Amino acid sequence: MAINRRDFLKFSAGTGLMLAAEANVGNRADAKELPRDAVGILYDATLCIGCMSCMVNCKKANSEPGGALYHRETAGKIPYEYEGEEKKYDAPTGLSADTLCVIKAYRENSDAQGGVFSFIKQHCLHCVNPACVSVCPVAALQKDPDSGIVTYNKNRCFGCRYCQVACPFGIPMYEWEKASPSVVKCQLCNHRYAQGSYSACCEACPTGASLFGKVKDLREEAARRLALKPGDTYAYPVNHIEHGKTTEQVVPEYVDHIYGLDEAGGTQYMFLAGVEFDKLGFNPRITNQIYPEYTWSYVSHVPQLIGALLVAGTACRIVTQKLDKEKDRDK
Amino acid sequence: MESNPAIKTWTPATIVMMLLIIFGVGVGVYRMINGLGATTNLNDVYPWGFWLGLDVLGGVAMAAGGFIIACAVYLFNWKKYRPIVRPAILTAFLGYLMAVLALFLDIGHPFRLWHPSIMWQYHSVMWVVAMHVIFYTTTLGLEFSPMLFERLGWEKARRAVGKIMIGAVIFGVMLSTLHQSSLGAVFLIAPSKMSSLWWDTKLPFHFLVSAVAMGLSMVSFETALSQKFLHHKVDKEIYFGLARGVMIVLGFYLCLKLYQLFAVASPGMAFDGSVEGNMYLLEMLVGVILPLCILAVKKYRQNTRVIFSVNVLVIVGVLLNRMNVCLFSMESYNTWRGMSYSPSWKEFVVSLGVVSIGVFLYKMSAKHLPLFTH
Repeated sequence: MAINRRDFLKFSAGTGLMLAAEANVGNRADAKELPRDAVGILYDATLCIGCMSCMVNCKKANSEPGGALYHRETAGKIPYEYEGEEKKYDAPTGLSADTLCVIKAYRENSDAQGGVFSFIKQHCLHCVNPACVSVCPVAALQKDPDSGIVTYNKNRCFGCRYCQVACPFGIPMYEWEKASPSVVKCQLCNHRYAQGSYSACCEACPTGASLFGKVKDLREEAARRLALKPGDTYAYPVNHIEHGKTTEQVVPEYVDHIYGLDEAGGTQYMFLAGVEFDKLGFNPRITNQIYPEYTWSYVSHVPQLIGALLVAGTACRIVTQKLDKEKDRDK
Repeated sequence: MESNPAIKTWTPATIVMMLLIIFGVGVGVYRMINGLGATTNLNDVYPWGFWLGLDVLGGVAMAAGGFIIACAVYLFNWKKYRPIVRPAILTAFLGYLMAVLALFLDIGHPFRLWHPSIMWQYHSVMWVVAMHVIFYTTTLGLEFSPMLFERLGWEKARRAVGKIMIGAVIFGVMLSTLHQSSLGAVFLIAPSKMSSLWWDTKLPFHFLVSAVAMGLSMVSFETALSQKFLHHKVDKEIYFGLARGVMIVLGFYLCLKLYQLFAVASPGMAFDGSVEGNMYLLEMLVGVILPLCILAVKKYRQNTRVIFSVNVLVIVGVLLNRMNVCLFSMESYNTWRGMSYSPSWKEFVVSLGVVSIGVFLYKMSAKHLPLFTH
């Protein structure tokens, strides 16, 4: 991953302005609370060793029937990334129609030794109030009322790609090369969760960097880690927070922030890191505003506008007709 | 009623249009078989491109003349504009049909275009937009139908439509006003991607006002073209009135945009030499400031040649605005994501084909339908 410093600065210049604009929107009527049994992932970048087991297991698990990468035409095949002639199994450069989950590396001063370094895992954040669900005109994208997982139904989707424009994290990908394309994004292994299992990425993670669990447990766990003293040892839960498996690790120096607790109104996939989040590829202009409210503040007024305009139009016609008749009489 | 013998079907212009239509249809078929990736340069960072910006957003704005003139004549009772009601409604009808055609090609599953009509999701602006397109295109069809019935001599049908015409106009004005603003509201969801030179909570209103300016210019523009090529004689006062309208609406629009520039964005952003800044300046200069400067002079405001040039400026300016909102406003975000987009030749060919179909149908209507009888 290469994040150009100058582009980044230029781009983040707008952040202050967006914060100022945020105050203008305040229609909370449509906002939803986190479902009680909402599940998610806590990714601790300081534990990640960049082995990419999550990516490999993600592709495998999601190529099975019900998975987000499954297609009837290519059943039984795992969609590898192809770049040029060379087949690339586990090294996609970013999210794509074939990749739901990707590990990227951030390195400051790449030529110097021992500089600031971090991995970051990218996939759908499963927002508490997802922009994509709110903008989808045919309800192909939906948020499960119990698990809070943002799912996609390819049979409803008609391909307007508004979700791609709306998602502040730039997650939904499209199958541009197909004549009958779908949107592709992580659905938190919804098909496995339904069978009592959990996300493939967390299942494969050897260090506990990706940890599956109830969002409220994960939030507590994240807060606990931030309260730890750097240098102490801590028994980090591995794979699934309820399974009791742990690994002892030395506590690193954390950035004092849980990314995803408040961003975009809160997400079910949360992050801890030792490097500032802006450097890890998060759009610095993402605010804590609930995104669907931006459009709902307009859409919620449409019925009133329809009424007002019909009344105004009719009144206008009646008045002008009356005036016209009076004019005729005067003649 | 007979076809207008003064309008010849086969002229060099028609032949060029026919060729463009054939190429456009060819590429359209290619897109249906091979998909969007093979036809367009769209990608995951630029999911909306040239077709959406120009054909759909631009096309709908160009069609705004229909509801404005219908409103002026039927609701405000400004009888002066009666001669241009029919051409304006026809333009709007064709504009919407063209936009639907472009949408048909632009969405991933063309044959699911009807999905929003049964799969309701009323939180989505896109769903609101889709409903407006469906209802307004139908309403425009109704408003257009008397021309067809007159030509066919279906007196009963014509009288039936005549009875509900006023209702259709009121309904159409409501739909169109909301549709124009809803297209702006579509972009409200992307504050962390768009430059604040465009993004604003009042974006729907900006879209509506600029569409009104565009609609007035478009009606004046096409009336002038009809006068020259299709022998439609109209009173000069109509042009003067429309130009006055353009001036007033553009003046108001300038105030809105200036307020937005100073209160939401910052003036420095327009002059920092970035792609966004330059595109913003271009759009404002061509579409707003230059036309306003020209129209401010009374002598120019009453010269049909000058008015024609002003109309071209306004049309180009508002089209630029739609392209900017759709594409260039997200330039720095998209560069940051490491992607770029420039339309492929196939996208141009399809767009040209779509526009040609519209112009060709307009010409055929002028020849065969009672379009200019008043």
